[in-house]
Amino acid sequence: MHDTPIEDLPPAAPSPRPRRGLAQRLLARAIIGFARLLTGARSLWRGCAPTGRQRIYFANHSSHADFVLLWSSLPRALRARTRPVAGADYWQRDAARRFLIHQVFHGVLVDRECRDAHHNPLQPLLDALHAGDSLILFPEGTRNREDGLLPFKSGLYRLGRACPQVELVPVWIANLNRVMPKGRVLPLPLLCTVTFGAPLTVAADESKEAFLARARDALLELAAEAD
Amino acid sequence: MDRDTLALFAGIGALLALASLVGFVLKWRNRGAASPVIDNLNARINAWWVMVGVLGGAFWLGQGAVILLFAAISFFALREFITLAPTRGSDYPALAAAFYLVLPVQYLLIASDWYGLFSIFIPVYVFLLLPILASFGGDTTAFLERAAKVQWGMMLAVFCISHVPALLTLDIPGFEGRNLLLIAWLVLVVQISDVLQYVCGKLLGKRKIAPHLSPSKTVEGFAGGVALATLVGAALYWITPFSVWQALAIALLVTLLGFFGGLVLSAIKRDRGVKDWGHMIEGHGGMLDRLDSVCFAAPIFFHVLRYGWT
Repeated sequence: MHDTPIEDLPPAAPSPRPRRGLAQRLLARAIIGFARLLTGARSLWRGCAPTGRQRIYFANHSSHADFVLLWSSLPRALRARTRPVAGADYWQRDAARRFLIHQVFHGVLVDRECRDAHHNPLQPLLDALHAGDSLILFPEGTRNREDGLLPFKSGLYRLGRACPQVELVPVWIANLNRVMPKGRVLPLPLLCTVTFGAPLTVAADESKEAFLARARDALLELAAEAD
Repeated sequence: MDRDTLALFAGIGALLALASLVGFVLKWRNRGAASPVIDNLNARINAWWVMVGVLGGAFWLGQGAVILLFAAISFFALREFITLAPTRGSDYPALAAAFYLVLPVQYLLIASDWYGLFSIFIPVYVFLLLPILASFGGDTTAFLERAAKVQWGMMLAVFCISHVPALLTLDIPGFEGRNLLLIAWLVLVVQISDVLQYVCGKLLGKRKIAPHLSPSKTVEGFAGGVALATLVGAALYWITPFSVWQALAIALLVTLLGFFGGLVLSAIKRDRGVKDWGHMIEGHGGMLDRLDSVCFAAPIFFHVLRYGWT
């Protein structure tokens, strides 16, 4: 178990990446500082250590601040190589959101409303994984306002199949739904805990349904432990 | 800082150096063998260095810094309290008001020395305002409990703690310009009582004093800690406006209140199924774990002084 983040870890694999400007980096620091001041941003590495291995962190999703908090809980060296996956429909809506998601968070946008059968909506995620980056993914696909978890979308399974070397790490984000209740603008300062569980991989003969159920159970188990 | 304050902090520094030495020797004698108690002791001592350093820094900067420091402490304590007190979505307006309106206003009232308002702002106005705000949500589920939880958070984390810097507003004849020493005396006596209760309990503790509320507290720890801390308070009478006997009696009063503060907040923790309020202070737990005793001692100490010495 590692409560304290380990800084300056070697990156998973060398690959060229766009260097962010000073303003973007300062803004990122400010957002992380604000998230920490508000929530305490306590991270518990229960099932794995914060190492430079390539991973998909999959977490419960209750507010837009989820990936910010998860991202803030990672050690700096990991943060630089970890990209949040976000819905294009929400983040492309105006210039400010486009700037934040591309320039500050270096996010990967997915087209949730994609109806084109010839186009694979997961392609940008696969590209990011092939470039050596880790991802933050919310397999429920949308924000869940109730307790527990919505059924998982199949993306996690398909990514795990396509990239078997990537660890799939369940992450439970506790209490953030109280920080940012639905429809409120001003967040409340309440302590949140981000718990990292033991990594999963898709077994060779595992069906989509079986794997998604297993991944969902792993996350719920983490939630029960964290409570 | 005047000479008395410097002497006091030098004394605390010497005491902490001694504690660190003891911690080091214990760890060294225990070579190799892992001991959670000794590790926790050393973590506690290290955290004390930081806490004394922060308070000393605020004293050096002056009254404004001390008020700001306690406002920050209230913020962290309230954040811990509300985190553990489950509220519902419709409590949002009350909680937003608690953090973003009531807390800063209470400390502004203290900074502007407005006793007539800071002493009743939370117990009267905020007491009534919070349930009004909660009622707008139209949610009646556990309404009284939810309203009471936010009110308790306000009283403990903001109102009670704010009475530490409120000591700066007292005008005590013959004690002008030395009010920071009142804060130093109160915090020192109450905290050293906690420390001595811990030390006496670890060394001599046998009979549990409140097994259901706080299994680590013992009769021996309580009696030894309170008695020794009372003597420390009396010995430090020269930094207060009290005579030796007055200092002894008031030290006994605040250490007893501190003990009961710890007991009450422990009961709340236990009801919520946790051991600590948070994890801010290495070895100690959260801000409220360190300040539970001060919460109960500060308002009474303030009013005893205000009634008897101003």
